[in-house]
Amino acid sequence: MTKQLLKGNIAFAEAALRYGLEAYFGYPITPQSEALEHLSGRMIEEGRVFLQAESEVAAINMVYGAACAGVRTMTSTSGPGYSLMAEGLSYIVGSEVPVVVVNMMRGGPGLGNIQPSQADYFFMTKSAGHGDFHPIVLAPASVQEIIDMMGLAFTLAETYRTLVIVAGDGCIGQMMESAELPPMAATRQSRPEWAITGARGRDRNIITSLYLGPENLERLNHRLQAKLARIQANEIRYQEMQVDDADLLLVAYGTAGRICTSVLREARKQGLRVGLLRPQTLWPFPEERLAELSQQVRSMLVVEMSAGQMLEDVQRVVQGRVPIRFHGRMGGIIPMVDEILDDVTSLVQTAAA
Amino acid sequence: MRHIETVFSGFGGQGILFAGQLLSYAGIAAGLYVTWIPSYGPEMRGGTANCTVILSEEEIGAPVVRHPTAAVVMNSPSFLKYRSLVKPEGLLFVNTSLIDIKDEEEDARMILIPASDLATELGNIRMANMVMLGAFVERTGIVALDAVKEQLAEHLSERQQKWLEPNYVALERGAALIETQV
Repeated sequence: MTKQLLKGNIAFAEAALRYGLEAYFGYPITPQSEALEHLSGRMIEEGRVFLQAESEVAAINMVYGAACAGVRTMTSTSGPGYSLMAEGLSYIVGSEVPVVVVNMMRGGPGLGNIQPSQADYFFMTKSAGHGDFHPIVLAPASVQEIIDMMGLAFTLAETYRTLVIVAGDGCIGQMMESAELPPMAATRQSRPEWAITGARGRDRNIITSLYLGPENLERLNHRLQAKLARIQANEIRYQEMQVDDADLLLVAYGTAGRICTSVLREARKQGLRVGLLRPQTLWPFPEERLAELSQQVRSMLVVEMSAGQMLEDVQRVVQGRVPIRFHGRMGGIIPMVDEILDDVTSLVQTAAA
Repeated sequence: MRHIETVFSGFGGQGILFAGQLLSYAGIAAGLYVTWIPSYGPEMRGGTANCTVILSEEEIGAPVVRHPTAAVVMNSPSFLKYRSLVKPEGLLFVNTSLIDIKDEEEDARMILIPASDLATELGNIRMANMVMLGAFVERTGIVALDAVKEQLAEHLSERQQKWLEPNYVALERGAALIETQV
């Protein structure tokens, strides 16, 4: 395979298909509608299922149903649609079925706008629906990374029988970039043993999130918490740049993260010792690594396209060991390298003084 | 190091996004890292449209820039905006068919090209984007003009293939303007 110019939305949709997506259900919303458009043709071509639902509520429940049948399934949406899906997401986790959801974040709250944002961090990592749970949340920073993460998302969803959210933003969705698609993989040949496939010749499988007896429901919750602990132990992913000698650590993910690679390059040119930690999993958050780094750097700058949401996780982990400054833009504005660099410069000077 | 951060800007319908994509395709064919990002607001034909294209030998961080090293401006609102944003040592390709520049407004960054008039002369005003792209590629040298032509042949839709030759001519005409200016 060679590198092609690919738009993020089309890239993740085509990648999902090549990673064996069997059924897609969704409802169009900018800035990810090209994904539906692409799959509406490609899924049919490949003999798979594509269905445009009447709403996001319907779409997520169709996904839930397909997942119960042991089918590799997903949907994609953005802010307002994601809000509508929250109930279904909780049922999916409670029922322990594997589902992948792409949320191309846009400016909010409310209808907001269609520009890139990272303001759904709390909603995805902390309270993706009612009840005690976290989904696995992956944060791509490029078209190539969202392609690769679609494969990872299905693997994680099926390994842990849980919900995986791929947290992009309008920039990743709308941008075209040089990237490489995976080869076409075969769709799976058999259904998992827990799936609802017709109980002929075996005991029936029951998939539910309804446990009226509190003892039974607490047992489910203990099982879910144990699963989350395994995920935290095994699935943390992040990328680092030049942290070894860094005085100042940038912490940023997704689009803000890749912008910070430019900030880092400029800062290094000026002789400033700046490093970057870019979480690729937002949940589980790279807590241990961040705690280690907080022992060796003198200050941190968290950059987000929000009012400061991941910032709270950074503060929780760093526990006041070093000063943490925040640079955030809201409303769909992408922060520029020079404005972040200004903060870097003043922070390095303050820390040195 | 080969590296350029450029903006294409004009009315919706002037082929701004396509010109940027064509440069991007040629960049990938030349083995460069490429990002292309449009302003994807609710702009329709007649509104303003722009895209930022970065071509580089090194992996690209920020896909948007405050001060591009080059800009192609096809209409007056774009000129007014990017005149103040393009770097002092940068290049500003100005479509003088639609943009009136007073003598005192001219500066060393500006390359004046009556792109819409030339395109009309060549048979279709909609080829103004290719006149500009031809000039852009010739002046910046970021990719070869032939590479752009190759990508045009590949990415012009079947319905539009009849316009391939005229578009080649438009690209060449733009490039020739630079040669004569140097």
